[in-house]
Amino acid sequence: MATLNLQSVYKHFGDIGVIHGVSFDVADGEFVVFVGPSGCGKSTLLRMICGLESVSEGEVQIDGVVVNDVPAARRGLALVFQSYALYPHMTVYQNMAFGLENLGTPRTEIQMRVAEAARMLQLEPFLQRKPTALSGGQRQRVAIGRAIVREPKVFLFDEPLSNLDAELRVGMRAELAQLHRRLKTTMIYVTHDQVEAMTMADKIVVLRAGRVEQVGPPLELYNHPANQFVAGFIGSPRMNFLAGRVTSAGRDGAVIEVPNVGAIRTLASVPGAVGKEMTIGIRPEHVLQGNGLENRVTGSVVNVEQLGGLSYVHMTDPAMTVQLHGQTRVALGDRTEVSLPVEAIHVFDADGVNVPRVAVAHPVAARA
Amino acid sequence: MIARMLMARRGRAGWDWTDWASYVYLVLGVILMFGPVLWLAVSSVKSQAGLDVFPPSLLPWEQARVAVPNQPSPLPLFRVTSGDHAGETLAQVRRIGLQAQLVSAIDPSQIIRMPTKDLQPEMRVHASWSNYSDLLAKFNFGLYFFNSVFITIVATVLTLLVNSMAAFALSKYRFKGREPVFLVMLATLMIPPTIVLVPNYLIAATLGLTNSLWGVIFPAVATPTGVFMLRQYMLTLPDDLLEAARMDNASEWRIYWRIVLPLSAPALAVLAIFSVMWRWNDFLWPMVVLSRSEVFTLPIALFSFQGDLQTQWQYLLAMTVCTLVPVTLIFIFLQRYITQGIASAGVK
Repeated sequence: MATLNLQSVYKHFGDIGVIHGVSFDVADGEFVVFVGPSGCGKSTLLRMICGLESVSEGEVQIDGVVVNDVPAARRGLALVFQSYALYPHMTVYQNMAFGLENLGTPRTEIQMRVAEAARMLQLEPFLQRKPTALSGGQRQRVAIGRAIVREPKVFLFDEPLSNLDAELRVGMRAELAQLHRRLKTTMIYVTHDQVEAMTMADKIVVLRAGRVEQVGPPLELYNHPANQFVAGFIGSPRMNFLAGRVTSAGRDGAVIEVPNVGAIRTLASVPGAVGKEMTIGIRPEHVLQGNGLENRVTGSVVNVEQLGGLSYVHMTDPAMTVQLHGQTRVALGDRTEVSLPVEAIHVFDADGVNVPRVAVAHPVAARA
Repeated sequence: MIARMLMARRGRAGWDWTDWASYVYLVLGVILMFGPVLWLAVSSVKSQAGLDVFPPSLLPWEQARVAVPNQPSPLPLFRVTSGDHAGETLAQVRRIGLQAQLVSAIDPSQIIRMPTKDLQPEMRVHASWSNYSDLLAKFNFGLYFFNSVFITIVATVLTLLVNSMAAFALSKYRFKGREPVFLVMLATLMIPPTIVLVPNYLIAATLGLTNSLWGVIFPAVATPTGVFMLRQYMLTLPDDLLEAARMDNASEWRIYWRIVLPLSAPALAVLAIFSVMWRWNDFLWPMVVLSRSEVFTLPIALFSFQGDLQTQWQYLLAMTVCTLVPVTLIFIFLQRYITQGIASAGVK
């Protein structure tokens, strides 16, 4: 049970800055996911929190206490490594007991706690096996078990599911979410997989190049991305972007002229922005097929993905992905017309910031 | 299985020429490698007389001797080729010029005289195991053996401990001057031991380590080869393991003892074998440091058997065999680790 606060934390390796002033708070019992493309510094940030990397500047606080100079072992955190890092020469039992032995915990209590964790993770039949004799999913459980027995204040997971196959990953994802509900411990989870982030998190921290792009609950990020990066990163297939120029801006929105497409009416509130470059964004599932009422766009089909329940139609001129319910008869090379509903359109300025909207009665979430 | 292995050949129907070539090559190799050792082993059970036979024989082939009443030592047997006693086997009591005095088994008190040209030595195959038993009885073989074993074991244990600690620091800690330290350590490999022999001796003498087994043990404990080998191996251990242990509240010493050492076992095994062989066969340094016979190691004792005036070859050979056997056994049982470890440690 613990809270965690980061206050303008920096990390440099020599002259190279990796983390540039990251600040956010994690409430007690929260499941926070760090997500971002590879190399964005999310693993480094996690290692700084657990004490394996030093903090160059700023403060890391656990339960309100600054722990910058507290060694990793004393912070009361447990880290589950991407590679699991199980001790290959020890049995599952010894792997789980090692941390407690180092703390000088009485033998009977070690046995009790390991047995408890093993029961919870269904590892009882494997306690006397070596890690090499276990499957990937079982090793993953041992790594989690090793963290659980220490009853840490905060669990840290560094891309724990990336070494598992797709099916196991879905299973372990559910198990981890269940574990979190049962233990009610604060958990921080690093991943580059946005599906994991969306399904598990109470709060997502989107990182890019060592900076926090947005912090918030998954749907908040999905519906109201703060900028073009978050909009593109969260959601699959990713949001469609069309770059254009503002031709008129008024009280009821702005019209953006997209080359080769035409004028797109939006609800962006950008007074005095006429002539400026803007990018509109719309999610594939919000694009309507057929000739709708507004913002009609015609393009040629370059690829059709039929998933049975869903279909994705990829168009070119303009490059867009359209998600359709059910199956479609659209064929390769067809010209197809779609329309972009005004209230589903996000508008990003030249810096990628999501611009505010004019006041309107129905928010975008209602459509989704 | 072994038969199949021995009969393996390339040609399906008959013998390909490559089969001939490889078998000849391999047999030659076996003879080259094992010939001298086998000869040594066989010769070690020859008696002094057997060793003196010219031309040298392969087997312990020597003149037969027999114990005769009233004679102080066993007498050599001869077969008579001509004369009255032709065909009989007689024991020679003494020889004066071209005349020999012999006795027969029937009446040992009756001296028979005859020219030596009528006599043919009676040869037999005889293993004189007394070479080995005498070693134990007459010489302090047990003490030398103990000295050698003590030095080998203690030095090897200390070598493993010290080298693995150095290797751990050099492979897993980032500190200023790590690379220079490592390079300096490697550079010492290029200095021949003979060059530092005198300075080393002076240090040992100042520390009062001469004529002590510790004087042989301590200088050998830190070996650049060992540090290098272990470091290369430890570099392959994932850092995640050490960090996991650190998260598990393990002290650095515990990480070393419980994680790094057990996982370096293959490399440690190789170094252990090398160290055993080095220490067991070490000659020059013990020779310099040890001058009193009660601290002699086996190689030094062997050397001392070679006197200026005469050498008791039969004991020398027997002792050489005794010296070879332990390392050979170790090698046979641990060779799997050697090949594995050398392959994984990435060194030759």
